[in-house]
Amino acid sequence: MQQSPIVEIKNVAFGYDRARPVLRDVTLAIAPGSVIGIMGQSGCGKTTLLRIIAAQFLPTKGSAQVLGEATSQLDREGLYRMRRKMGMLFQFGALFTDMSVYDNVAFPLREHTALPEDLIHDLVMLKLQAVGLRGARELMPAELSGGMARRVALARSIALDPQLILYDEPFTGLDPISFGVIVRLIRELNDSLGATSIIVTHDVQEALGVVDYVYFMAAGKIIAQGKPDEIRQSREPFVRQFVNGARDGPVPFHYPAPDYAAEFELAGA
Amino acid sequence: MSLAQLREHARGRLERLGNGVTSQVWRLGFASRFLFYMVVHSGTALRRFRLTMAEIYFAGVLSLIIILVSGLFVGMVLALQGYETLQRFGASESLGVLVALSLVRELGPVVAGLLFASRAGSAITAEIGLMKATEQISAMEMMAVDPIARVVAPRFWGGVISMPILAALFSAMGIFGGYLVGVQLIGVDAGAFWSQMQAAVDLRNDIMNGVLKSVVFGIAVTWIAVFEGYDAIPTAEGVSRATTRTVVTSSLAILALDFVLTALMFTGGKSP
Repeated sequence: MQQSPIVEIKNVAFGYDRARPVLRDVTLAIAPGSVIGIMGQSGCGKTTLLRIIAAQFLPTKGSAQVLGEATSQLDREGLYRMRRKMGMLFQFGALFTDMSVYDNVAFPLREHTALPEDLIHDLVMLKLQAVGLRGARELMPAELSGGMARRVALARSIALDPQLILYDEPFTGLDPISFGVIVRLIRELNDSLGATSIIVTHDVQEALGVVDYVYFMAAGKIIAQGKPDEIRQSREPFVRQFVNGARDGPVPFHYPAPDYAAEFELAGA
Repeated sequence: MSLAQLREHARGRLERLGNGVTSQVWRLGFASRFLFYMVVHSGTALRRFRLTMAEIYFAGVLSLIIILVSGLFVGMVLALQGYETLQRFGASESLGVLVALSLVRELGPVVAGLLFASRAGSAITAEIGLMKATEQISAMEMMAVDPIARVVAPRFWGGVISMPILAALFSAMGIFGGYLVGVQLIGVDAGAFWSQMQAAVDLRNDIMNGVLKSVVFGIAVTWIAVFEGYDAIPTAEGVSRATTRTVVTSSLAILALDFVLTALMFTGGKSP
């Protein structure tokens, strides 16, 4: 893959306040056309990294180059210009609850294009067809199941045919069928749109089946990376614990707590 | 407690006080910048006026029932109480003046403002706060749509436009209530009721000043409501607190602004 990367993160550090850095020295480069997984425990900084890529946050150190633009140098206009080439699927879909499924998918088209309504109709139907929900156009978000809402949100995020699609925990709370549907859709849409996808998730086994390359994060750093097979065979203790879902390992089962005996006053017993 | 402990304790309190004050001042500054940004980015709300119309319906039309019913009852009570006092001085004919001036100058804008804050202001805060909590605001940002221009500004203008109309309707309904009780029930002469009112109520000094008040209240309430919603902590508790703050802050703002405006408008001028 000799093409120039679509996302290039160099030595990025970030913290919401000085005392607690969330990311420390993260470097990665993502080639166009691939599906990338960013995995790790809750709170390891993977969602923050996604938000750095989406330019919702700016790195406190290092640089983020996304779709050919340095995010820290963009003004509001530039930021919005970049985001028009980007789609993002939020954890629970984030559909607009006061609009129908149809209007949700039509929203970006209506906001950013001056297309006539009948053309918008056709485009919305194509996107809904791609996620299998053409028949649900009249429904309101409150009437959808979790999996359906996620699919509608996916249709909405690809409405403008983005070059880069970001997925923030797309599998959370889905039943196995919906899960399988979303996993397949991510791959199909990526390949048919010629886009690049970045999936942030902790559902390791399932995600390993769909991604081309994985970055493993812990405590704000990338601790392992490679193709799915390499990750499955990794000897890194943290990755092994994570991939196998072991209860104890480098990540302890217990949150740091005072001594057990002292807490229950068992010392004398 | 030793002297050193006492000093430490006092310093801690002083620090907290200082922190509290600076954070409030900071918040006010942030709210002012927010207002400025919102007004500058109102192009979408005004160009696509349909968006603002929807909010006028939401904040204005849906508040009509409570405004009209309250106005009617306030006017009826004013007539009852006013007649009690006026007839002692043989001035019961001036009942129309009393009812109309009280409503147009004070009660219309103030009571309608308070009702508007609790009915529409709280709803605006809760809606924007929940949109934030469910990431709808972030989603909009990620679609390169400015949520302040698309979501906040139409709500702001919807409220600002609705409020004076609601206050005017409140006053009109109140005067009708006063007429019902004063003329129909108590038997004050209808001719005197209306003609004295017409003679004593001045378009510029009374009605326009009242309208001006309601415009100011409308701006204050809606500004507080949209800001609190946008600034809410995106959790159930955060949104509920923001909603409460909207009602409390905007009610106090109305009362304080009313005092200032009344002092500026009605002192030193001619008496009716």
